[in-house]
Order: sequence, then structure tokens, then C-alpha cells
Amino acid sequence: MSLSRAEVKDPSINGNPVKGRSPFQSLAYASPDGVIFGLAPRPVSCGLGLRIGAGEVLPEVDFTLTPMSITPQTWSEVQKQYQQMVKGVLARALHLKCGALGLEIEHLYELTMEPRWGAELTKQAKAIMEGAYQKHGLRTALRVTVADVRQEERPPKMRTGKGLQKMMEALQLCAASGADIFSVESTGGKELFDQAIVEGDVLAMVYSLGVLGCRDVRFLWRHITEIATRFGVLPGGDSACAFANTAMQLAQQKYIPKVLAALIRALSAVRTLCAFEEGALGPGKDCAYENPIIKIITGMPVAMEGKSAACAHSSPLGNISAAVCDLWANESVQNLRLLGGDAPEVCAEMLIYDCRLMNTSHHLGQSQLLRNLFVSSDRYQDPQALFLDPEVCFSLAQTIVAEADDYLRTLKVASYACQVIQQAVGSGRLHLSTGEVRWLGRIEEAVASLPDSPDGLWERLEQRWGHLVLPTEYGLG
Amino acid sequence: MDFQKLAQYVIEGDASSAEEWTRKALDSGVDPLEIMNRGLIPGMEVVGQKFSDGEYYLPEMLIAARAMKRCLKDLKPLIAGRKEVSRGRVVIGTVKGDVHDIGKNIVAMMLEGAGFEVYDLGLDVPPEKFVEAVERHQAHILGLSALITTSMPTMKTVIEALQAAGIRERVKVMVGGAPVTEEYAHQIRADGYAPDAGAATEKAKELLGLQTLATVPLA
Repeated sequence: MSLSRAEVKDPSINGNPVKGRSPFQSLAYASPDGVIFGLAPRPVSCGLGLRIGAGEVLPEVDFTLTPMSITPQTWSEVQKQYQQMVKGVLARALHLKCGALGLEIEHLYELTMEPRWGAELTKQAKAIMEGAYQKHGLRTALRVTVADVRQEERPPKMRTGKGLQKMMEALQLCAASGADIFSVESTGGKELFDQAIVEGDVLAMVYSLGVLGCRDVRFLWRHITEIATRFGVLPGGDSACAFANTAMQLAQQKYIPKVLAALIRALSAVRTLCAFEEGALGPGKDCAYENPIIKIITGMPVAMEGKSAACAHSSPLGNISAAVCDLWANESVQNLRLLGGDAPEVCAEMLIYDCRLMNTSHHLGQSQLLRNLFVSSDRYQDPQALFLDPEVCFSLAQTIVAEADDYLRTLKVASYACQVIQQAVGSGRLHLSTGEVRWLGRIEEAVASLPDSPDGLWERLEQRWGHLVLPTEYGLG
Repeated sequence: MDFQKLAQYVIEGDASSAEEWTRKALDSGVDPLEIMNRGLIPGMEVVGQKFSDGEYYLPEMLIAARAMKRCLKDLKPLIAGRKEVSRGRVVIGTVKGDVHDIGKNIVAMMLEGAGFEVYDLGLDVPPEKFVEAVERHQAHILGLSALITTSMPTMKTVIEALQAAGIRERVKVMVGGAPVTEEYAHQIRADGYAPDAGAATEKAKELLGLQTLATVPLA
């Protein structure tokens, strides 16, 4: 396979039919029982013989540098570290007889701002992966996640600033250098969301996710899908990491109530789905914990992370997040030396064993049991975990596809999410503190007061928050 | 005057009632320092305790801090010249090359709630801007935030810039952010490290030797 990829004229992407832009108005599954790890109704092929969602769960290993600056002076050390990490991960995979896995290079800020740097690392990684494929038959694919560098100035210029140009240039150069999958953790609406979450302003959060976020994801993914199609790269998917995972971490530190973080997770699914309605084909990005809802709607495979991401952050979703994964990932691990080896290799081993367990359960006809154990162990430990329960995800997915408009979807999801939490509390299965119960009431009141139109909502918000947002950067008047 | 009522207004985040109480008290000749020390600060101490106990979250703290701030607006002109109406002046920002700021914003907010005067420089701040701000505001503390490993080395550059400007000894430097460690803080010769916003507030008090509710005297 050539590592210098020219533009391709085939309308499919590596044999994966290009979906194009169209809304999802039905589900890919008939019932929640069918949603399980390793199997997706619309599996994808990519990279060096990798098939994702076609019957086995594959590890996806993400790694990053030790604390250091990326400058022309340190560039040779940067390259050395990335090459070392790729080689180490592949060597560990071969040692453990793992026949297939994904690797991810998530761009640090500098790698997107200097697109040729990101491209060079892509080229070097793919050369090593190609060597392992030729010599050992090790099937791999490389996901490149560009950094969303558009929020450098505030209010950010999401469409007209230099940041968007850098991102598109980085994608093009990485595509030409051998990237197999594209992703991004986009940040449209974050300038409002960050203030809103600290102030507990539910209405502003709904606007930031359901209006600004959705509009920006659609805009961005039209561009990403166009580049991906041109070069034969899979447009993988987006993640509401900057919103829902920020909320998750704030809740972990008790800065915000968990019920609020849970609501934000549910709302994030509407936003993340927009990428798939603009041409993304999966596999969805690992840090998108809302991916189970995405998979139920699109049928496309998804990467997930859970306890495997403890190297990067804690979460209340350690087991349940594995329930429907097709790629099992580790978020990101620094290139540190541990007793068991370099951290990326160590993480690779843990992922490989987890995947072996899940795949063995399939072979032995016990996968449903294992899936249910993943779900049951976490489901009622935290309200956020409720929104990864396949049964709840199925109902949320139905709520989403019943509407075609992003804002109406967001409203309906917000209302339904509150009901889900109330039902779990009412049944005695989910226990909330007094503060959390008080906040659930406050959230319900706010959600009930949401107007039917995004313009109506902005009228209520503009005086307080208008200075944070440039509406024209979201295609708004 | 019933200072507990003022404290309660702060605890409930009732800015209007708190301000009205304060104005009535001033009109009655109550010492503004007494209003601050017996009403406002105890109210915020309770808020801080409720936060530690998990009863309050950030939004409630913010609302309470705003109520206190509204009262301080009336008190400050009457106290200035007698005593510094703050626990200390803090310049804070996310270092150059890093555009994450929510953690830093939370630290800034909690420091304000604890009675510090905070000057937030925002994100992606170059070293020279930190130096200029420390000088301009005569800051007691400089808070540096980084959320990505590649921007951490800039913290050292800022400290070196303070050294080069001859003002390193005049300011305490605190560092924080997800990848930052206490060990790293020692390595770059920062004065303090905090793993989260609550710890940052306590560390700030510790660095300035603030054991009690005392405010920092004018230099």
C-alpha cells in the first residue's frame, strides 16, 4: 500500500459506501438487546486490513508525549518519542498475539498549528505500521485527531479565523501522509458553555449545545467529509469531550452536581450525531461517551473508553462504557516509563486483554451476559451512567430521531433525560444527595421553561451572554 | 445590628437584600470593617463549608460571592486608606500555547469568593504579559495554569521572566492544572502547587500567611 496517498475518485471510501448528508429518522436496531460490543450493523474497513464492528472488539491505543514543548529545537526528540511509542505498542501486540488494532495520534496544539509536523508524524507512524503488516500480518489503522484550534481568541472566529484553515490544512497533509481515520473534538459553543456551567445556567447550556454546537459540528464535518472522501480516509466522528467530559470531571470534583453532568451527556448526543448526518461513517471517537446513542441511531461502529482511560482521567463509567464498543480505547497516555514497560505498551496490553475477554465471550455465546454485567455494575452508581445503559440509550435515540430539527431534538432529550433520572430515583435504584435532588428540581424547572424556538431562547440569553458569542461565526444573523 | 442576617443573605446569594442591609448599616454609623468581618466574611465561610460538605456547588458559591461583592462596592471607598480590603492581590492566567481556561476560571472565582482581589489575564498569555500585570497590580500572588503537557514548560519561562525583571522575590508563584505536579512545581522553583481550586485557595492563604480572617495590610 502506498504511503503517499493521492486523491481518489471512487465515491466510496475504501469500499465503505459514502452516506452523504441526510438526517437519521429511524434506528439501526429493532431493540436494545441487539446492541452489543464488537458488532455494528454498518461495519467499516480501513487501514491495513482492519475491519471494525464486524464481529470482534479491537483495541485502539492513544499516546502522547511526556511534558515537553514542541519547537523546532525539540522536533527530533518529538519524532523519536512517537516512533518509539508506535513501535512499542505494535511489539506488545505481536507478543500478545493480537492480530489487529487501531492506533491514534491525537494532535497537540502545535501539531495542528504546524500541519507539516502532524503530517510527518503520521507518515512515520504509518511506515512502521506498514512494516509490521508486511512482516507479521498485523492489521492496523491510524486515526488522526486534529486539535480544534479555533478558540484561541475570544469570542472565537469559528468559521473565518486562521484556526479553521490550519485544521483543514492539517487534515489534508495527514491524509496525504497516510491517515486512515479522521476525528476531531470540536468546540463550537464552548465559549458560552464554559461560563454557563460554572453559573449553573441550564438554558445557556442548551443553547450552546443544541444550537451553536450542532451548527458548528455540521459546518465542520461538511469540510472534513469532503477532504476525507477526496483522499480515501474514513471520516470517523466527533466528540462532545469539551462539554460533557468537562462536566463529568467537574462533577467528579464535586464542583457541579452529577445530575447536571448527566443532562449534558444526554444533550451531547444530539450534537455528536450531527457529524454523522454530515457524512461521518465511524468509528466514532473514543471520548464520546454518548456514542452508544449514536450507534443505535446510525448503526456505525464506535470507539469507547472507560476504566481503560484511568491513565488520563477518572470516570463513573468504567465498565458500562465497554457494553457496546467496537474499538476499546484508553483516551491518551503519556510516554512514561513504568515497571511493566513504557506506559503506551502497558496500556496496549490492558486493552488487548479486555478485548480478548469480550471476543471470547462472543465465541462462547456469553457476550450478552458479559454486556449485561458491564451495564449492571455501573448503571445505578451515578446518574451519568444511566445514559450509557443500552435500554435508556435506545429510548433516547427514539426521542432524537422523532424530530428532524436539532433544537427540537435537544428540547425533547432534555425533558426525557429528567424523566429518566426521576424514574430511577423514584424506583429506589438511584440514590441522590439532598443537593443533587434540589438541583434535579432546578434543572426540571429550567427545561420546562425552554421556548420552542432557538431564536426565542437567544432572546432570553442575549443580554447576559451576548458578549461571548459571534453569531455570524455560526451562520446566525 | 444583626450581622447574622447579613451573613444569611450572603449564604443565600440574595445580593439585593445584602446590599440593602449594608447601606442601612452604614447609614446607622456601623464601622464598614465590622460589616465585612462580622457579616460578609463569616457568610462566605459558611458557603465554603457547605461547598466542602457537598451541599453547595460552584453556582451557589458564585451567587454568594456576587452578593458579597456587591456589598464590598459600598464598603471599599470607606475602608481604603485604612486597610486593604482584600486578602491579597492575585494575577492569574493560562500560559502561552494553552487555550484551556475553565479550571483557571474556577480558581479565580474561588479566590474572589475567599476575599482575594483577582486580575484574570485569560488564556494563551505570554510571559511578558504576566510580568507586566504583576508589576502593574503589585500582585502578591501569580497563578499559572496549564492543561496540556506541551505548555507546562512555559511556566518555567514565566518564572525566569519575573527573575529577569527583578520582581521574582516580590510575588509568590502558584502553579496548577491537570498535568502539573508538586514535583514539577519544585523543579521550576514555583512557590506553591495546588491540585484543585479548593486547595488553590488554601494554598494562597498559606503563602501569604493568612491564618485568620485578617486582611493583608497596606504595604
